[in-house]
Amino acid sequence: MTAQAAAAMDDYNFAYLDEQTKRMIRRAILKGLAVPGYQVPFASREMPMPYGWGTGGVQVSAAVMTPDDTIKVIDQGADDTTNAVSIRKFFERTADIDVTERTSEATIIQTRHRIPEELLNEDQILVYQVPIPEPMRFIEPRETETRKMHALEEYGLMHVRLYENIAKHGAITTAYAYPVKVEDRYVMDPSPIPKFDNPKLESEAIQIFGAGREQRIYAVPPYTKVVSLDFDDYPFDPSKANHPCALCGSVTSYLDEVIVDDKGGRMFVCSDTDYCASRIRRQEQAA
Amino acid sequence: MDTQSSYEGAFASPPTDSAQAFRAAMRAMARPGTIEAIAGARAPEPFSEAAASLLLTLCDPDTSLYLAGEHDNEAARAWVGFHIGAPLLPADRADFAVGTWGALQPVSAYKVGVAEYPDRAATLIVEMPSLERNGAQLSGPGIKDTANLNLPEIGAFQANRRLFPLGFDCFFTSGQSIAALPRSTRVSDLSAEEAA
Repeated sequence: MTAQAAAAMDDYNFAYLDEQTKRMIRRAILKGLAVPGYQVPFASREMPMPYGWGTGGVQVSAAVMTPDDTIKVIDQGADDTTNAVSIRKFFERTADIDVTERTSEATIIQTRHRIPEELLNEDQILVYQVPIPEPMRFIEPRETETRKMHALEEYGLMHVRLYENIAKHGAITTAYAYPVKVEDRYVMDPSPIPKFDNPKLESEAIQIFGAGREQRIYAVPPYTKVVSLDFDDYPFDPSKANHPCALCGSVTSYLDEVIVDDKGGRMFVCSDTDYCASRIRRQEQAA
Repeated sequence: MDTQSSYEGAFASPPTDSAQAFRAAMRAMARPGTIEAIAGARAPEPFSEAAASLLLTLCDPDTSLYLAGEHDNEAARAWVGFHIGAPLLPADRADFAVGTWGALQPVSAYKVGVAEYPDRAATLIVEMPSLERNGAQLSGPGIKDTANLNLPEIGAFQANRRLFPLGFDCFFTSGQSIAALPRSTRVSDLSAEEAA
């Protein structure tokens, strides 16, 4: 990237969005924090990227961003994928803010479908990109009905769905976008994070979820009770591939399966690239 | 300050100043009981700098505003009209209300949202003489164990919590300080517990 391309643009307002749009998003974020897990409708804008590329997350990040922030963007745990690189560059140019790949250095982390392995702290904000915010959408396609079900706290169908998993397969087979109940009230879709990440939804950081195409924002404040739905005899199991990472040897991190040839060869590596790289750095220093 | 023109008092740099102000408001709302610094805007008396900054950050022609008690004066109306453009409406129809706790009464008048849309509820901006981390004990989302804040009253917030997920949400402002109490927070009277 040339120096000229990296330079900040001043053709747009700070962080791209106009002030009235930011106020609208900010009001939705505050109501979302006041009612944890409830999906607040908002007038999502068209962004200079297609729906499905994180327009909801980008709008939330733009609305909470200050010039002092350092942003990290991950896509399935990786800092170096097209989506993550594009969004980082977008904010570098439109907001002139610092970017990083280190989890611990970031004040805003925009994520597509992972929670970083490293525990987040009070000064960090985790912004999720959400494709389908309604956890019951595949059971009940009508928004008018799901809205009523949330209002009446009528979540029986959700349990029926998990039960049918067990009746058919002998276990709950939902592996990602695993439904949670927030503060004993709203059932929430935690976005398609692997269920391995669900325990990390109880965090010190502020977590905000943005669904651009579906026009919803919701939030989980720090220290909020988030419980994965399950049954007494089939408790929630945040499982992962039973292997060590082939690069850094971690046995506790979430792993991606990578096909390495066309003869059935495969390896398992950390999905969180920053976590894996910093472990390798530490191992090299120690050696 | 009483000579301030209604055209003065805006943020020096609206995009970045309002971003800083919003972050303070968001941190306050996400962690009830914490006191954050917010500054940059000046409205006519008796508005605090914190309340003026919050209004400029959150309100615009899309939000109705209720000015309560002494905050409803000619200079304030002119300032709101020029800087914000929010329609001024009575308490029961307002999205935002600003005033002292006494002037904002009765708080049962404000919108609390409806079952399908609990977000359609009022946000109260309560002007306080000071903000201190003592007094009422808070617990709930955003609070690690418990927190304390000098709330102007206990009963009204306990009644509001019983409406959850409906209910109004409060910001408390004083000088350049801001704190918040969302409807999700459970409030208890510390002094009553000690006396018992």
